[in-house]
Amino acid sequence: MKIGITCPYSWDVPGGVQQHIRDLAEALIDEGHDVSVISPADDDTPLPRYVTGAGRAVPVPYNGSVARLSFGFLSTNRVRRWIKDGGFDVLHVHEPEIPSLSLLACWVASGPIVATFHTAIPRSRILLVTYAVVRTGLEKINGRIAVSEAARTTLVEHIGGDAVVIPNGVATRRYRKADPLPGWPGPGGAIGFLGRLDEPRKGLQVLLKAFEVLGQERPGLRLLIAGPAADPGDVLDRVPAALRDRVVLLGQVSEEDKVRVLHSVDVFCSPNTGGESFGIVTAEAMAAGVPIVASDIEAFRQVLRGGEAGELFTTGDAGDLARAAGRLLDDPARRAALSAAALVAVAAYDWSVVARSVLSVYETVVLGSTQVAVTASGGEFP
Amino acid sequence: MIADIAIVIAAALFIGVYVSWRAGRIDRLHARVDMAQAALDATLVRRSSVALELATSGLLDPATGLLLASAVHGTKDITSRPRDLAESDLTRALRAAFSQPDFRASINGKEGADELLAEVEAAAHQVFLARKFYNDVVAATREARQRPLARVLRLSGRARAPEFFEMDDSLVAENTGASLGL
Repeated sequence: MKIGITCPYSWDVPGGVQQHIRDLAEALIDEGHDVSVISPADDDTPLPRYVTGAGRAVPVPYNGSVARLSFGFLSTNRVRRWIKDGGFDVLHVHEPEIPSLSLLACWVASGPIVATFHTAIPRSRILLVTYAVVRTGLEKINGRIAVSEAARTTLVEHIGGDAVVIPNGVATRRYRKADPLPGWPGPGGAIGFLGRLDEPRKGLQVLLKAFEVLGQERPGLRLLIAGPAADPGDVLDRVPAALRDRVVLLGQVSEEDKVRVLHSVDVFCSPNTGGESFGIVTAEAMAAGVPIVASDIEAFRQVLRGGEAGELFTTGDAGDLARAAGRLLDDPARRAALSAAALVAVAAYDWSVVARSVLSVYETVVLGSTQVAVTASGGEFP
Repeated sequence: MIADIAIVIAAALFIGVYVSWRAGRIDRLHARVDMAQAALDATLVRRSSVALELATSGLLDPATGLLLASAVHGTKDITSRPRDLAESDLTRALRAAFSQPDFRASINGKEGADELLAEVEAAAHQVFLARKFYNDVVAATREARQRPLARVLRLSGRARAPEFFEMDDSLVAENTGASLGL
């Protein structure tokens, strides 16, 4: 299938939408499809072969902050040429409610169009005045996808109509192999944590409490913590002085270093006390093949197959966490078995699976339709 | 003796007249601030409405139209953002639209295009003028209120000191690199 995908935000700026599009495009290419992405990008940015640059995005005030977007008749002309040359069977626009390339693509194109909505926006932000401007573009969309229930609700409330929910995938390949950080995990063993340090629902406080016990029992055991915090010093204050030099805080880490952190520990801990709908970090740890001990919340029970692919402990119970983690640290065979089970279980969340769900949306909208073309009426500029 | 009394009375009279003249002046300045504020307000509202007209005119691509329309909405939704910031955002959105290369050429010749562009520019220029006049009279008022006599005798009464209104109101980019001031 020939698929054209539009990205509204600059390719050279890191962001969730860009990463989603990259993972989706690569998964579709792996399946043997012909994919072309058009995205704003600085002229000197090296782009993957499947990405066409639409020129530099312009910083403009939008919704109370500054966004880098592509708009105007020059961008429109580039999108039109890309569609004309592409000969796509389906056009897949992302975030068409944003004043950028995707909206322009909806405007100039005719034929099967699929749209993915990523954002959950509070009601007051979207406005009837602006809807009049985008209506013509949005009405051409044949199939709509939301990446979460919240995004779907936003769509239903603001624009009307419905959407199928297809969540983000995990690019399991990217997590499979990485070099541990120098000196890790070390002979005494190591436990890892990823996430905001000062968000109680991420549960770091439970892990720190458990480490008081584990650290005293095991003289060489260390704790590796990566994630942002308003005041990292506050975390160390909560650890008994004797154990402080065995707790290492990395702060916020890059995507690449995140993978290395996962490969630097013997056991990965997800002590969340709630508020997770899927547990993407846990799934990423599974993809890295690190044995997991996680709290027994619905999201983790599901992704860890009720405890087959990772140890579950009573949510919020530091004592139970210490016992579960201790058992794993003492039992290399059990760790190896959990690691293997996790790799199998996480395959269900891989982008290749997600891409197949997206593809079935494509297949539905192209039924009885012609190729994507440029409309005679929309977007006429000299 | 009588001459002395006459001098004292004359002096008191003179001081009284002077003080009341000063108080009257401060009062008149405050009234002028109110008028200038009403004028500034009217020009801002006018600018918003012609910008929205341009956004929904069909002359622009929908992305540019949507940018302008959301900026206009921001100026009306006074709960979410201070007015000076929201109005500056509208200026920047208009500037981003107008400063595209060949922007004029792209919509020239379409029906009503020239008139609408001229209206937006005129409205934006009026905002610039009205804000200048408003800030002038605010400066004069604040200065008059700061005089020692006015402060000691509290000549401004209970009226609060007027505030300057600062915003980005230039449709012309100073230079292309930092054109958006962002």
